[in-house]
Amino acid sequence: MSKTPSVKGITSSFGSRVAGLPKPAKIGMWIALAVFAYALPLLEPPFISPPGTDFGGVLFTVTIYMLVALGLNIVVGYAGLLDLGYVGFYAVGAYTAAILTTFHANWPLLLALPFAVLASTVSGILLGAPTLRVRGDYLAIVTLGFGEIIRLVALNTEWLGASKGINDIARPPGVELFEIPHLNWDSGTPLLDFNDTTTFIEFGVLDQIPYYWMGLTVVIIVLFADKLIKDSRVGRAWEATREDEDVAELMGVPTFRFKLLAFATGAFIGGLAGALYASRQSFINPLSFLLLFSIMFLAAVVIGGQGNRWGVLVGAFLVAYLPERFREFTDFRVLVFGAALMLLAIFRPEGLLPPRRTVRAKQAAAEIEALEEGADGEETSRV
Amino acid sequence: MLLEVEGLCVNYGHIEAIRDITFGVEEGSITTLIGANGAGKTTTLKTISGLRKVREGRILFEGKDITHLPPYERVLLGLSQSPEGRGCFPGMTVRENLDMGAYVRKDARSKAYAQDLERVFHLFPRLEERVSQTAGTMSGGEQQMLAIGRALMAKPRLILLDEPSMGLAPKFIQQIFSIIGEINEQGTTVLLVEQNAAQALKRADTAHILETGEIVRSGTGAELAGDDSVRAAYLGGDV
Repeated sequence: MSKTPSVKGITSSFGSRVAGLPKPAKIGMWIALAVFAYALPLLEPPFISPPGTDFGGVLFTVTIYMLVALGLNIVVGYAGLLDLGYVGFYAVGAYTAAILTTFHANWPLLLALPFAVLASTVSGILLGAPTLRVRGDYLAIVTLGFGEIIRLVALNTEWLGASKGINDIARPPGVELFEIPHLNWDSGTPLLDFNDTTTFIEFGVLDQIPYYWMGLTVVIIVLFADKLIKDSRVGRAWEATREDEDVAELMGVPTFRFKLLAFATGAFIGGLAGALYASRQSFINPLSFLLLFSIMFLAAVVIGGQGNRWGVLVGAFLVAYLPERFREFTDFRVLVFGAALMLLAIFRPEGLLPPRRTVRAKQAAAEIEALEEGADGEETSRV
Repeated sequence: MLLEVEGLCVNYGHIEAIRDITFGVEEGSITTLIGANGAGKTTTLKTISGLRKVREGRILFEGKDITHLPPYERVLLGLSQSPEGRGCFPGMTVRENLDMGAYVRKDARSKAYAQDLERVFHLFPRLEERVSQTAGTMSGGEQQMLAIGRALMAKPRLILLDEPSMGLAPKFIQQIFSIIGEINEQGTTVLLVEQNAAQALKRADTAHILETGEIVRSGTGAELAGDDSVRAAYLGGDV
């Protein structure tokens, strides 16, 4: 247990140091971070870049997990609704994009995307309207069922490709502007490698880096939107609802409407992630939407620290990246992942980067415990 | 009458929690419901604020039927409740809690808002000292003050107080009742639910005694406080 405070000390002092910087320095730092993030797959840094797999493809998967984690964080972290069937929304987005861009309609992806997002948002409202009246564990079970229902419907509907799935899903439109060389580290020092280039910006089969750029851009946009919503009246209503639903009602918060809004917003982002994923894969079938993914998405949110957008990004990165990086351990991956989850549950039960309020609540619990351990009369004198 | 409750019946499943309750709250008054644990006091209050469904009867606020309005619409009309026990948002700071109390108002940066905040801090100086402290870390008494202060931030016409003296040390009980008197003098009508009958009757213009879900006695605070059977049952025989 002695490790816990030191980790917390580091993160909070880093946070306060960043917060203390002047505004231009802060903006500069964020831009530098963004540039680094965009350039990461071109840099192909040794050790970080997974051997034997396409780094761009891995990073794209990471951005999809990040999107999903941000969306699920709104439902679980902000509004406090446990959703175990989030993969359902992801599937609705993916299948809508797939149907609209293939033999059924042949639309271009950019036209299909808004409809995919709309379909998943509507599915979120349809699921939420009757079920958000139940609380806690019941909601978890109902959502779990929803995720499975979506998958089983896809599996048993010929029109949705049944078990064969849907092929040739449209790619995003590209414009081939120029070539960007990658770095080559084979000689020990980084050299520009003009034989290994990425075309800006062509969404091909072999080079997945442009997909990653697209994914990262969407993540950044969603991050901004997330901050705007969280700091608004809507964000405060979610927080109040999560802390105490009855008291929130007494404050004049129509809690049901706000829970439904959280569900719809989460479904919107989940559907968007699913549609982008389908486009990159160019092929989906029901196996892409197993219950396991709901669990992985939730794991990303919980590991990172539900309620903190940066925390869930870290969680998404770990959940999506580590298994790819350590692919060579094959069967042991799941074992190591499980062990890592258990260690985390023991040492950092509130996640790697918990939101401020969780830290505060924990301090509160510790203080109250200390008081109760002290003289009983002390508490009354403190009133 | 600011608030009229007529023939109210509320069930929890098959169990009757309150039965045929009728009373009114005069504008500008302090009205109190006293009674033992489980008599239905909190249920009555929660039904008035809309957290419990009415089986029979109706509730009128300023003559308007609010029986089936959702709680948040009642807040907009000017009904505000301080919930029982530690009814704060524990993870939020004192200031964030007070801001939540004003959720229905959309004037967070206005002068009137600052004045109301000032008024709450004047009533409860302790809250100003602890404005950025997390509510969950405060003592029961401080949380009780916060819950009342938060209810005031909605600028209610009628404030519903659910056992404000619960769990408080004796000297603070005295203090919280004098603050309730002050709130009332500033023009807010008070409906007070209490187990501390002695203090409640001393302050109340009108009082009703609840027993197993029914009103068994009504009268002015002074009348009931002076009644021998009431004294025996609720005031330990000696005021």
